[in-house]
Amino acid sequence: MRFDSLLDSVGRTPLVGLPRLSPSPDVRLWAKLEDRNPTGSIKDRAAVAMILQAEKDGLLTPGATLLEPTSGNTGISLAMVARQRGYRLVCVMPENTSRERTQLLEAWGATIVPSPAAGGSNEAVRVAKELHAENPDWVMLYQYGNAANAQAHYDTTGPELLADLPTITHFVAGLGTTGTLMGVGRFLREAKPDVSIVAAQPRYGELVYGLRNLDEGFVPELYDASVLTTRYSVGGRDALRRTRELLDVEGIFAGVSTGAILHAALAMAAKADAAGRQADIAFVVCDGGWKYLSTGAYEGTLDSAEEALDGQLWA
Amino acid sequence: MAVEVRVPTILRTYTGGEKSVTVDGDSVAAVIKDLDANYPGIGDRLLDDSGLRRFVNVYLNDEDVRFLQGLDTPVADKDAITILPAVAGG
Repeated sequence: MRFDSLLDSVGRTPLVGLPRLSPSPDVRLWAKLEDRNPTGSIKDRAAVAMILQAEKDGLLTPGATLLEPTSGNTGISLAMVARQRGYRLVCVMPENTSRERTQLLEAWGATIVPSPAAGGSNEAVRVAKELHAENPDWVMLYQYGNAANAQAHYDTTGPELLADLPTITHFVAGLGTTGTLMGVGRFLREAKPDVSIVAAQPRYGELVYGLRNLDEGFVPELYDASVLTTRYSVGGRDALRRTRELLDVEGIFAGVSTGAILHAALAMAAKADAAGRQADIAFVVCDGGWKYLSTGAYEGTLDSAEEALDGQLWA
Repeated sequence: MAVEVRVPTILRTYTGGEKSVTVDGDSVAAVIKDLDANYPGIGDRLLDDSGLRRFVNVYLNDEDVRFLQGLDTPVADKDAITILPAVAGG
């Protein structure tokens, strides 16, 4: 495969079957390997789309500074794109994210402003909005409310899945900005009205929910509940257990959020199998395990890994 | 019917610091009602006139009740309910 530039190579990722984790020949699981993107995560799709759209809309002039609240992956993708398009990037990132995320952001030339661990990404959004008010000439693409984020998945991820798996019955992905699920979900529903769109939302340790008030909660502007069929909350232990299972049984080395998604996908598979229904369940491998090696997710007992992950933003 | 309810940090002022409490009820609404009877004031933090508050998520055995039957979702003995504030990701 030949591309004019790295940015042109984003997307068109492999969809691979999981013959050993699938419960039967009639109920099959398929992994969309988004770790095969340039920075190793699905966020490359949204980052390219948001920056190109902002250029089209005249929001970005040469040498502009971008500002983004991020728990890591979107920031890393934006840093890669920004560097090639000639922009500076300031990321507001919670301090309880893995060390590798900081290293990668800095490697691609981003400046990091840490936000408090308690409150997780909600706090990063709050701090970024404050910074934006102080620096109105900076451009905040704001992944949580930027239509180009969901549109990237409507235009690319969704059509790729349908082309590779015309018999798709379920799509399972993580719920963060909601961009993947909104974009792919809308596209698949138009083509296959009966498809199930399933969200797996990471349930972190208590520190991350340390808000002062319930009114300070956060629902991304992109979120439209009517696109989803159902939504699961998956804790760190189940996410870790499934991440290790995916590695042990199928040889796929994925990040911890993928374990949470696989957990929900396996629940769908078990339901279909018990009901005697045929199913082709596609789920997203958001990123590889590389960025999480320092968290201890892949070594020692499940108990020690779970303890190490507590309080971390692992998705 | 004994149902375990996991309470988020910010609402533990109502439960005397307890992370998890056991209450009765055969639906999500009934569970919240009994929760409020045992820990007065907590119900108002979860519900407003239109139902569940916007930034409150309630999961029955890890599935979001908004995608089941909302407050009418039936609850069985030994089920677990988790209450969580809505947070961002990405």
